[in-house]
Amino acid sequence: MTVTAASRGLAVCEVCGRLTPLAEAAHCPRCGAPLHLRKPGSLGRCWALLLSACVLYLPANLLVVMQTQSPFGTEESTLLSGVVFLWNSGSWSLAVVVFAASVVVPMLKLFSLTYLLLSVGRRSVRHRRARSRLFRLLELIGRWSMLDVYVVTLLVALVQVQSLAVIVPGPGIVAFGAVVVLSMLATMAFDPRLIWDVESPPPFPGKSE
Amino acid sequence: MTPIACHECDLLLMPLELSAARSQAYCPRCGARLYGCHHDRLEKILALTVAALTLLVTAISFPIVGLDIQGHYAETTVLDAAQALWREERGLLAGLVLLTTVLMPLFELGAVLWLVLPLWRGWRPWGFARVFRLLRLAQPWAMVEVFVLGVLVSLVKLSHLADVLPGPAMACFGGLMALLAALSVLIDPPALWQAWDAARPLPFAGGALRRFRKARA
Repeated sequence: MTVTAASRGLAVCEVCGRLTPLAEAAHCPRCGAPLHLRKPGSLGRCWALLLSACVLYLPANLLVVMQTQSPFGTEESTLLSGVVFLWNSGSWSLAVVVFAASVVVPMLKLFSLTYLLLSVGRRSVRHRRARSRLFRLLELIGRWSMLDVYVVTLLVALVQVQSLAVIVPGPGIVAFGAVVVLSMLATMAFDPRLIWDVESPPPFPGKSE
Repeated sequence: MTPIACHECDLLLMPLELSAARSQAYCPRCGARLYGCHHDRLEKILALTVAALTLLVTAISFPIVGLDIQGHYAETTVLDAAQALWREERGLLAGLVLLTTVLMPLFELGAVLWLVLPLWRGWRPWGFARVFRLLRLAQPWAMVEVFVLGVLVSLVKLSHLADVLPGPAMACFGGLMALLAALSVLIDPPALWQAWDAARPLPFAGGALRRFRKARA
């Protein structure tokens, strides 16, 4: 039987990491941050942010990300058509990188967070170490989806020659930026300790849902 | 030695004294990184932070890329790029770009300097807990390394359209990326708190300052 801090009534300070008996103080004696055994309302907040990210994922992929206006006509591109353009123009390695950042990473984030939330909700005991590792991976890779936002920003700023070509940002990139931010917030709201709480749940209610 | 708890699975543990340089302690149950070996790291952190701040300021003030479209020359800095989005009525996006490439990295480096400079001299900085907490909140939103990749991708995309000339800020951002990666390895939150525990309060911190004000009033 493993011993957790919560089972002894000890709360870890989220700011400085100091252990304090929750019965003695509501705030960390060293740094003054409020103490909780688990992040309050972690599952609820995580679900809410995740679902909003999922809803915005559709317009992010379907709407126009960037519009190129030139005397020869107007060309509209979406996230996927941008990858296809890179692939067709021969920059295969870059096409793979952009595909990973703009398609694989957001999908992976949305699916794995859903899986983590569902498995915690079902109090599953399977693959807990792997799930912990998955969570750490999510924290690490989430930021890389911002790649497309930066590319559009730079192209918009540089290509502004009225007589030749003008690039205008589309509504799709706003939705995509929102997906990235919301899914990062959802990852931050998730408390990985809930994965392990099935073995030795905290002694009193209010630790999570 | 006082017990600690793993921040990712809450397992109660007794910390071990790490002796080998660059050794790390991991949680035996979930595999999370707990703490590292820390001897004389503050000096290194300080040096890297000052270098990174210099590079960041240079990177912000100089153009990243120049573009030659049939005689029309255009170049852009990060701030110009955010402003271009603002002009296209994408204020939210402009804010996000400004926040993740300029404001958050600046704040991150400034905060590290604020925390580590007094600690290095053996003093406790003012508002340590608050600044430390804000630093932890800000860290995920500083995305210099992603921005560098973004610049590379746009260079390739534009090279089909026009002649591309990498600007001075490009190299600065590249160097900054390396320095930030090194800093994130060196900065170990438990070690900073240990240094804080060992340091003495600044002469005018807390009570002394209040007594000083009361005496003047």
